[in-house]
Amino acid sequence: MRSSLAFRVFVYSAAVFTGAVILAPFAWLVISSVAAPADLLVRPLKWIPAHASLSRYAQIFFGTGNDTVLTFRAAMVNSTIVAASSVIISLGVGIFGAYAFARLRFRFQRAILLLFLSTYMLPPIALLISLYLTMVQLRLLDTRLGLILVYCSFITPFVLWIMSGYFRSIPRDLEDAARIDGCSRMGALFRVILPLARPGLLATALFGFLLAWDEFLYALIFTSSLSSKTIPVAIAEFTGRHAVDFGMMATGGVLASLPPLAIAFLFQRYIVGGLASGAVKG
Amino acid sequence: MARAKARVGGAFRQGRIALILLLPSLVVVFGIIVYPLLRTLYTSLFAVNSAFPGRYPFVGLGNYLQALERAEFWGAILRTAYFTFSTTFLEVVLGILLGLLLNVEFRGRWLLRSIVILPWALPTVVNGAMWRWILNPEYGALNALLTQLHIIPDYRSWLGTPWMALNMVVVADVWKMTPLAAFFVLAALQTIPRDLYEAAWVDGAGRLRAFFSITLPLLTPTILIILVLRTMEAFKVFDIIYVMTRGGPANGTQTIAYYTYVEAFSNQLFGYGAALAYIIALFILFFAVIYMRLLRRGEVEY
Repeated sequence: MRSSLAFRVFVYSAAVFTGAVILAPFAWLVISSVAAPADLLVRPLKWIPAHASLSRYAQIFFGTGNDTVLTFRAAMVNSTIVAASSVIISLGVGIFGAYAFARLRFRFQRAILLLFLSTYMLPPIALLISLYLTMVQLRLLDTRLGLILVYCSFITPFVLWIMSGYFRSIPRDLEDAARIDGCSRMGALFRVILPLARPGLLATALFGFLLAWDEFLYALIFTSSLSSKTIPVAIAEFTGRHAVDFGMMATGGVLASLPPLAIAFLFQRYIVGGLASGAVKG
Repeated sequence: MARAKARVGGAFRQGRIALILLLPSLVVVFGIIVYPLLRTLYTSLFAVNSAFPGRYPFVGLGNYLQALERAEFWGAILRTAYFTFSTTFLEVVLGILLGLLLNVEFRGRWLLRSIVILPWALPTVVNGAMWRWILNPEYGALNALLTQLHIIPDYRSWLGTPWMALNMVVVADVWKMTPLAAFFVLAALQTIPRDLYEAAWVDGAGRLRAFFSITLPLLTPTILIILVLRTMEAFKVFDIIYVMTRGGPANGTQTIAYYTYVEAFSNQLFGYGAALAYIIALFILFFAVIYMRLLRRGEVEY
């Protein structure tokens, strides 16, 4: 069908409008992070700040002494360690399970997979109370390890689900050929399947990282000091104060968004495609 | 011969290998989930009011009945229902429109597709903090924008009254989650063969007609899935409420998950909180059953 001029005008205006609605709030966050404090508190508000600088970013990365700065920096480190470790452990554990689901035949296969997936439906609050009580007893409260263990419990089912689908898409013949050449089952997994599954592994790892980076409720309850507090907790705490330094809050927000935004933009095809098709196919 | 023999013994051997391969995952997932789940159930039957182990009176279903008698509980349920319904409805409708837009060919479409991913990738807590700042009563960008455009005469406290605050949380959630719905819709749209539309155009159907008689019916399974997934998520909503309003003003944005959090962790009523958590879990289970049913029926063929 040929597009009429009116339709094209409509499509372009809709696209511009949508783009603006999506970009404007985040753009304001970025502007707030570089604007001088006084610029944020004037009325009428000026949209382009008179004085802009990256001083807050420099402060977070290199500053000393300031409480807020130290919290943000420690939280970024904690978030990175917790998210990366959870992903590595979940992948290490989940790859074998995913292989079993993809290539082996055993009793209750489908039921077990569904059991893993059904853990997604559990509201975290139903686990939170007793996990908290348990962590108090095991002295895991306010440690990165405690958080990592909990995060593995929800990233691993995700690894099983996505990777078993991915393994199934790799032709069996390749594996058979390797095994005829004398590879063991595990040898074939490591030498043939895993190298071929690299894109799938990457997408799974990145998405798992996003899940862990974004997690808030467990972190809020289980962490309290700089030794384990993650970035969402630091930001939430910061916004709750009475005298909020809005510029600093915006800077923390932008920094916390950079890793997920970078991941999302660079790998959008994998993540969005995989997400949509996975959820629909089940 | 040797191969056939291997197959016969294979089923048993494969089962054992599978168990070995699955064991680490089983331990990591269920080792962490099963015990707390059962312990929460157990806790919900006692009047536990501190984090320290000790002897607490057994109250049976008392905590559950207490919840059903409290006005706060029903208030939280009502607000959760409102939040769930309005966000899901808006996200589905706007998601369909946005998905359709992203499926039309126009110059710069790749750019819009990249932009649309931004809200989805933004951490939920950052999203909440961002909107809280934009809606700030004294220095907020929304007040500045609307007064400079002469839409409102004076600055307003957007998060200052319960009803307004609840709706603002809905806005923030819709802004963040609509892209996800749009990407689901887009993925479904891309599987619809073009010939269907061409046939319709030959028959003289317009765009609107084609949408309602071809696109919408074929999108139905996807829409249903978004509906259920978003309902389940919205029912659990916590993060964005915590950051934007802390459940206030006057508990006006206190959803059921937030109410549970306050009772368990601020008031240390762990037994009562555990009962509330199980009530939430039952609601989610209900949605999950619907989801499973939809998935089973969801296979479409062209």
